[in-house]
Amino acid sequence: MATTLPKTDVVLIGVGWTGGILAAELTKKGYQVVGLERGKGRKTSDFIMVHDELRYALRYDLMQDLSKETVTFRNNEKMRALPMRQYGSFLLGTDVGGSGVHWNGQTWRFLPYDFQIRSMTEERYGKNKIPEDMLLQDWGITYDELEPYFDQFEQMAGISGEENPHGGPRSNPYPTGPMKHTPVMSLFKEACENLGYKPFTQPSANLSESYTNPDGIARAACQYCGFCERFGCEYGAKADPTVTVLPVAESTGKFDLRTHSNVVEILHEGNRATGVRFIDTQSGEEFIQPAEVVAVTSYVLNNVRLLLQSGMGKPYDPKTGTGVIGKNYAYQNMCASTTGFFEEREFNVYAGAGSLGMCVDEFNGDNFDHSDLNFLHGANIFLGQLGKRPIQNNAVKPDTPSWGAKFKEESVKYQNRSISFNAQGASMPFRYHYLDLDPTYKDAFGNPLLRMTYDFKEQDNEMSKFMASKTEEIMKEMGASEVIVAREKGPYNIVPYQSTHNTGGVIMGDDPNTSALNNYLQMWDYENVFVPGASAFPHNSGYNPTGTVGALSYRCAEGIDLYLKNGGSLV
Amino acid sequence: MADQDKKDPLLEKRTSRRSFLKNSGLTVGGLIVGGAVGTLIGKETNETKTTEDTNQAPTPQGTGNANPNAALMFFTPNQFDITNAAVERIFPADDNGPGAQDLLVAYFIDHQLASGWGTNAKEYMSGPFYPGEETQGYQSSLNRQEIFTVGLEAIEKHSTEKYEKSFLELSGEEQDAVLTDLQDGNVEMKGVSSNYFFNLLRSTTIEGVYADPLYGGNANMAGWEMKKYPGHQMSYFNMIEQEEFEEIAPKSLSSQHNH
Repeated sequence: MATTLPKTDVVLIGVGWTGGILAAELTKKGYQVVGLERGKGRKTSDFIMVHDELRYALRYDLMQDLSKETVTFRNNEKMRALPMRQYGSFLLGTDVGGSGVHWNGQTWRFLPYDFQIRSMTEERYGKNKIPEDMLLQDWGITYDELEPYFDQFEQMAGISGEENPHGGPRSNPYPTGPMKHTPVMSLFKEACENLGYKPFTQPSANLSESYTNPDGIARAACQYCGFCERFGCEYGAKADPTVTVLPVAESTGKFDLRTHSNVVEILHEGNRATGVRFIDTQSGEEFIQPAEVVAVTSYVLNNVRLLLQSGMGKPYDPKTGTGVIGKNYAYQNMCASTTGFFEEREFNVYAGAGSLGMCVDEFNGDNFDHSDLNFLHGANIFLGQLGKRPIQNNAVKPDTPSWGAKFKEESVKYQNRSISFNAQGASMPFRYHYLDLDPTYKDAFGNPLLRMTYDFKEQDNEMSKFMASKTEEIMKEMGASEVIVAREKGPYNIVPYQSTHNTGGVIMGDDPNTSALNNYLQMWDYENVFVPGASAFPHNSGYNPTGTVGALSYRCAEGIDLYLKNGGSLV
Repeated sequence: MADQDKKDPLLEKRTSRRSFLKNSGLTVGGLIVGGAVGTLIGKETNETKTTEDTNQAPTPQGTGNANPNAALMFFTPNQFDITNAAVERIFPADDNGPGAQDLLVAYFIDHQLASGWGTNAKEYMSGPFYPGEETQGYQSSLNRQEIFTVGLEAIEKHSTEKYEKSFLELSGEEQDAVLTDLQDGNVEMKGVSSNYFFNLLRSTTIEGVYADPLYGGNANMAGWEMKKYPGHQMSYFNMIEQEEFEEIAPKSLSSQHNH
C-alpha cells in the first residue's frame, strides 16, 4: 500500500541537467519543488580517484546498471528486437547530475535553420527535396525566440567560446574566453585556413578561466587533465548540475531532493496529472507524490518509456502514421573518422579536455548548397584534444595486424604521433524509426523495456561520403604522412560506441496531431505536464545536444511559472 | 629470450612447491600423501634432483615473488599458464619494453574475471535468448568467466589437434597460428564464436598492459612508460600549449591515495 506524501508545487522525475535547471529556476521563484532521482547523490569529492581509464571509460562506473534496465533494439520491423545486453553505441547515465556529470562539455546552439527546417528546406529546394518517409518538422519556435534562453544557459555554465561565424546571432558574447590552443589544434586551424575555411575554438563547458556566474556560483578553471568524457570532474571546472544549478536550488530551502526514488508511473485523471508513484529502491516502499505540475526530466529514452507506461499521450504507430509518443526518434551521424600519422613529430596528446577543440562549420545545416547533393543538413567537423588515454587508443596503419609484435611496435610509436578527428552529422527522422514498449523483455521490476527501431539510411551514407572528402583534405593539408578515412556507413550497429545523442520521442511542434508538446515543452494533452529534454527534438542537428537542451529547459521553467500563475495551455 | 622467460616462472613454482612439501610435513618418507597438493606437483617431485633443489630453494618463509597481488583469484594454474602464454603472443616483449608476461597481464585478467565484470553483473543477462543479427550485439547467456573457461579449453584442444602438443609446448609461430585460427572464427567452441573469445582476450590484454597498476597489470607502470603516458597527473594547465613534446614520469592512482 503506497504512502501518500504532502502535495508539492512541482515534482521532477530525474535530477540531471533538465531537472536541475527547473529546480533552480522554480525554487528561486518561490515554488516548492520535489526532485525524485532513482540513483544516488553525487559530489565533487567522489572523484578524487577519477583518473582511472579502466574503471570509468571501460567499466562504465558512472552509468546505469543494465542488469536492472536496458533497451531492446532492432534495425527494422522485420527483425525481432533484442536487449542491448552490454554497453556499446550509447551510454546511459544515472544518479544525481545524470549524464551532466560525465559529459565532455561540448556546448552548442542549434542553427536558425534547425528550428524551421521543413519550411526553410522547402523554400530553398522545393517540397520534392524531402524524401517521403522523412518526418522533417518545424519546431514550433524560432532561433530568435529561443536565443535569450541559450544565453541564460551559457551564462549559468560559463561557456568558454569563440563566436561561430556560421552560427545564429548572439545577444551577448560568450561569458568566458576560448580555451587554450595546443599545437595539434593550431595545425588543424592552419590547414583549415589554407583551405579557405573559418575555423574557431569549440564552445566548451570546461571553464577556460575562473568564473562566477549570475547565481553567484564560483568555479575554478579547467586543468586539462585529460579525463573528461565518462569521468566526473574533481575540480568542478566542468559545468555539471551538481556544481552549478543544484546548489542554487538547495540554498533556497525549497528544494527537496530524494535519491533512490524510482518513479514508475505518472498518475493522471482526465486531462491532468495528479502526481507520480515511486519506489524507494533501498527500502522497497512505495510512495505517491502529488503535485500541481509534473516535470518529466529523466533521460530521453526514459521520458518516452514513462509516458507510454503511464498511458499518457497517443503512442505512435508507424503503419498509420498517427500518434506522437515515440515518434521522430533520431540519433547522431558520427562519420568520416580520419586518422593521420606523423613520422617526425610527437605531440603532448596525453593532455586535453572534453571540449578542447577546433571546428569548422561550413558544411553544417544549410550553410552550403544542397541542390546537387543526395542528403540534407550536414555536420560539424571538429578536432578534439580530449586527452589520449592508452587503453582505448592504439592506432596502427591499415595493413598492420591487431595484435603481435608489429601491432605493439606501431601502437606504441604512434600513441603521440597520430591525430584523429571526425564529423558530427545531423540525424534526420524517418517514419519507421521510433520508440515503443517491447512485447517480451522486462526490467528488474517486471515492467516492459523500451524498444528502439532505427537504422542508418542513404541520407546518412551520402553525408558520410561527402564529409570524408573534406576531412581527408584537411588531414593531408596538416602534413600527415599517411591518412586513413572511414568513408561509408554500414547499417546501424549497436556494438561500437558512437554517441550518446539519442533524440526525439516526445517532440515539440506547433500541431498537436504531429507533436506532443508546445513551445513551452508543455504537453498538448496534459496541461500540467512538461517534458524538457532532447526527447523534444523533432530532429537532431550536426552538434552535441546539451546547449539546446539547456535553452529549452530555461524556456520550460518560464512556462511552468506561467502555468502555475495563470493555468491553461500556454500556446 | 622469450622461451627462457617462459621456463623460469615454472621453475620457481616447482621449487616453491617442493619446499612447501618439505616444510609442511605432508610427505611421509618422501612420498606424496595425495590430494590436491599431489596433483599440483605432477610427476617432477618423484624424480628428486637434490643438487638442483638446494641451489634453487628459496627462503622458508615464501616464494621468490614478493608481489602479493601475483596470486590467483579465479584461474586454475593451468588456465593461468595458457593465458600467460597467449597474452605474450598478443603483446610480446621487444626493444620497446616488456611484454604481457612481465607486465603481469595474466594476473590482471585473472583478477578481472573474479570481479563483477567476470560474471557480467551489471549487464542484462535475462532471457529469452536468441542468436540475433550482428548489429544487435552480444546475445549469449554465457558470462565472461564461462567464456574464458570454454575458450582456454578450445585453445588447448585446437593445439592438440593441429600439432599434437599442448599450447604451452608450441613454438611462438605455432602459437600464433592457433591464435589466428581462433581470431578467424575457425575454432569450434560452445556458446560464443572463437572470434568473440579472441577479441575478448585481446582487449583484456591491452587493458592489462595499460590500466592503472592498482588492478594488477601494467607492472611498475612499464606499460605507460613505453607509450610515454604520464598516468594520473593533476594538471597540464601550464604546459598544454607548448610545442615541444614533454616526457613526464608516470604516476599511478596510489600516489593520490597515500594516507
